[in-house]
Amino acid sequence: MDGAVISTWLAALLTLGIMSFVYKDNLYYKICEAIFIGISAGYWFITYFWDSLYRIAWIGVVHEGRYVLLGGVVLGAMMLMRLFGKIGWIARWPLAFIVGATAGLKMMVYFTTNAMAQIHGTVDDTMVAFGGGDLYDLIGRLVILIGTVTGLIYFYFSKEHKGLFGGVAKVGTWFLMITFGASFGYTVMSRMSLLLGRIEFLLTDWLKLVK
Amino acid sequence: MKREIPLIITFVAGVAFVLQYFIPHYPFNRFENIFSDWFAIVGAFAIWLGALSLMKLCLLNISKKSHDWPISLLIIISFLSIVIAGAIDGFHGLNSVPATSFRDPGTNFDWFYQNVYTPLSSTMFAILAFFVASASYRAFRARNTAATLLLVSAFFVMIGRVPLGDYLSGWLPERMQFSQWANWLMAFPNTAGQRAVMIGIALGTVSTSLRIILGIERSHLEG
Repeated sequence: MDGAVISTWLAALLTLGIMSFVYKDNLYYKICEAIFIGISAGYWFITYFWDSLYRIAWIGVVHEGRYVLLGGVVLGAMMLMRLFGKIGWIARWPLAFIVGATAGLKMMVYFTTNAMAQIHGTVDDTMVAFGGGDLYDLIGRLVILIGTVTGLIYFYFSKEHKGLFGGVAKVGTWFLMITFGASFGYTVMSRMSLLLGRIEFLLTDWLKLVK
Repeated sequence: MKREIPLIITFVAGVAFVLQYFIPHYPFNRFENIFSDWFAIVGAFAIWLGALSLMKLCLLNISKKSHDWPISLLIIISFLSIVIAGAIDGFHGLNSVPATSFRDPGTNFDWFYQNVYTPLSSTMFAILAFFVASASYRAFRARNTAATLLLVSAFFVMIGRVPLGDYLSGWLPERMQFSQWANWLMAFPNTAGQRAVMIGIALGTVSTSLRIILGIERSHLEG
């Protein structure tokens, strides 16, 4: 039996093992799940070792003489102290660094790409709508303006959602429900597509029933 | 010391990234480069912490001979097999000319990735199709206006993105066919909702980040 056949059989048996959960939780599924957990942890463990610890830290310090990177290594080593009960509190220092750096980075990134760019896009769409174009486009762009403004009003919780304000907020919820419906529809389709991919693998590569 | 130093570290790291955005010149751009490298290194150690915690838990289960200990043993064997394969392939790649990667096709690590990791991960997500289907049954009930809009929107997106949709609505003018309804829905009402959510998230992120950097929000330092 050549290596490719063994590999295909292994992949097929693992696929069937995970699929067996649809019937009920069973030992076959638990074995495949354990393999998945171990392999996933090992995959990321070794990937980060070569990509970050070796490529950035080791090469940076040993080959390029960038001793400032030792600060990151020390913080990282402190993170591992979490494994030892009594000195586990030391892990707060690297955690504080990660949280602080993420906060500083994301604050600016989100403000520019999410808030400012989206507001700019909405204003731009509105200007284009009144600048000409066909009715289909005009209605669509006005829908974007109304949907964005009413959706934002729904997220404003400092004023009670009553009267005119409540009515506008309700329109906002309708737009949000349309968005959630579309996202849900896409999620259903992507999962179905993955399922079809696995079934195709079983029928084509493993059982060779489909050519 | 257990509280004050982490607060100072949070403040310095946060302010460094904010400053380099407004002043992308020396020395602030240097800070950003150094902190980005530190971020990657500490992130790698965090992944290691997760993996080693898992190993610690599994070893504890085995030593106590607790329920399902063979499963814990299987997790350790799976973990070690791909780690050893990746380590050997990586060291081998460093010594070969030109240097190769542990990820290259044909390596033992790649064999694990192609034949074990990929089938398991894609099937794990694929079986979610069944659970999503049952969730759809509960979610897609037209009980009120909002739920009806959710149902209608999901219906048009799904039917409009498969050939069956246009097959069924092929007799209608082009702009009235299901695929066009789906396109319109995605381009306009969906964009409006997405924008409202994105702007809301951005404002929330800015306020939460400020609270963290200024030390008002300290929940991450507990435990």
